[in-house]
Amino acid sequence: MAESIVVRDVTKRFKLAKQRTIKKLVLNAVRRKPLSDSFTALRDISFTLEEGDSLALMGLNGSGKSTLLKLISGVMAPDDGEVLTRGRIAGLIEVGAGLHPDLTGRENVFLNGAILGMSENEIKRKFDSIVAFSEVERFLDTEVRQYSSGMFMRLAFATAVHTECDIFLIDEVLAVGDQPFRRKCLDRIEELRREGRTTVYVSHNPKQVLKMCKRGIVLKDGGMMFDGDALGAIDALGYRLDFDDDDDDGGSGDGGE
Amino acid sequence: MTVAVAPDRHPLGPLENPGRVGGLMDVFRRRYLLKLLVRKELRVRYQGSPLGLAWSYVKPFVRFIMYFYIIGLLISHSLENRPLHIFSGMIVVSFFIDALTSGSKSVVKNKALVRKINLPREMFPVSSIMVSTYHLIPMYVILLLGCAVSGWNPDPMAFVAAIMAFVLVWVWGLATALLLSAWNVYFRDVTNVVDVIQTVITWTTPMIYPFGIVKEQLQGTHEFLYQLYLLSPLSNAVLLQNRAFWIPSTSDPKQAAAEELPAHMFERGAIFIVLAFLFLWFAQVTFARLEGRFAEKL
Repeated sequence: MAESIVVRDVTKRFKLAKQRTIKKLVLNAVRRKPLSDSFTALRDISFTLEEGDSLALMGLNGSGKSTLLKLISGVMAPDDGEVLTRGRIAGLIEVGAGLHPDLTGRENVFLNGAILGMSENEIKRKFDSIVAFSEVERFLDTEVRQYSSGMFMRLAFATAVHTECDIFLIDEVLAVGDQPFRRKCLDRIEELRREGRTTVYVSHNPKQVLKMCKRGIVLKDGGMMFDGDALGAIDALGYRLDFDDDDDDGGSGDGGE
Repeated sequence: MTVAVAPDRHPLGPLENPGRVGGLMDVFRRRYLLKLLVRKELRVRYQGSPLGLAWSYVKPFVRFIMYFYIIGLLISHSLENRPLHIFSGMIVVSFFIDALTSGSKSVVKNKALVRKINLPREMFPVSSIMVSTYHLIPMYVILLLGCAVSGWNPDPMAFVAAIMAFVLVWVWGLATALLLSAWNVYFRDVTNVVDVIQTVITWTTPMIYPFGIVKEQLQGTHEFLYQLYLLSPLSNAVLLQNRAFWIPSTSDPKQAAAEELPAHMFERGAIFIVLAFLFLWFAQVTFARLEGRFAEKL
């Protein structure tokens, strides 16, 4: 087995610039206030995933999970250390971002697909399957701005889970949709995993984690608090397995920055 | 730290930095996405505006009328086929300004994508300049119609000049848009900078007035200002446009060229095209450097 994701001594800092105008810059310099605050979102994170591994990334809100996911997806670059990946990356991260409200559902499947890295042929080949998955057939030629939020998310999800990839990243997004749709998404993710994709799953839901992941890493204040099996991660975090939050992903958006 | 590993012969290729930047080459590689982004922009730009695409014609038309009548009252320098003189310069200047205005906002406007999805960010300024180019095409058609009714009789160098003017203004526009779009993420003053550039360009190119006036007033007596005037890439583009479309429509092209064009115009144009590509390279390098923090700055 070869490595799929290598994270080596990664540190990520965010500069919290308080003054964006020259006037404030000068004033603060005169008053000898610090010109910017720095906030360390991730500190010395290292781990390696082999192909086909399934990792649960856990931690309280603000612990750095989403930041780490953004580093793996390449949206952000680390300040120190390095992140290396092999193959195509896709995922369920902010899936709605690629949709444009003024375009129809059909146009959006193509645009969003292309944004997520699909070729024209790939989209055409999968178009029917995407539409069937999204269950919005009837409104395919309606502008997306008129969709209900559920339809909007379903369309976005459908495109995202059809992207061909070798690494699949999931950021606690499964809280959307009704239960049958959520079930469908989970089945699809399970399928991707069985087919040998490396998956990284950010979640607050212990049951999901146990079902979907072998390995668990817990972040705390940007540092690694635990690295071991999924059950150990849940323990380390003090989450209770019998706490049932309706089989979904408890947390709403993560305040990673 | 790194242990020597057997050469990586994995079918998926080597381990790489997921955020690696291929820059403009990546944009070219993903031209299907570029095509869709351009199409989206064309669809969306005039959404909810009753006149829609017509604005792309109304605005230059009004500007043209103003330049023609008001400035016509002010300058005594008589000029054959003055509408053609104005319009040939105006279309490249308008294109450039449009490329800067929409290009500089392109990354910030797409922040939802920039923050969340890993794609070549050059995609946004490039698709924006493609939209501007799309709007430029009908302008050339109108210009050629104007040429036809004004007795345009082009020599081969007229076509050379036209192509040079287009390349010059396009590459220069792309480079500037790239640079401004990246700076705009860090400093939102850029929109105002574009306004200033617009004012400067409008008055320092031989578009609404003929170059002959500049020659009369500055050459020799204020040689420094004269050279400064000719250091603007847009002046050179407009002069090339005049050479391509206006000069061949006059009754005595040789004399018109002698009076209304600078010496060594083609050489200057060629130099500015080379400079444009160097500037594009610089803009790309700067963009790639600034891009690293786009996701967190937006």
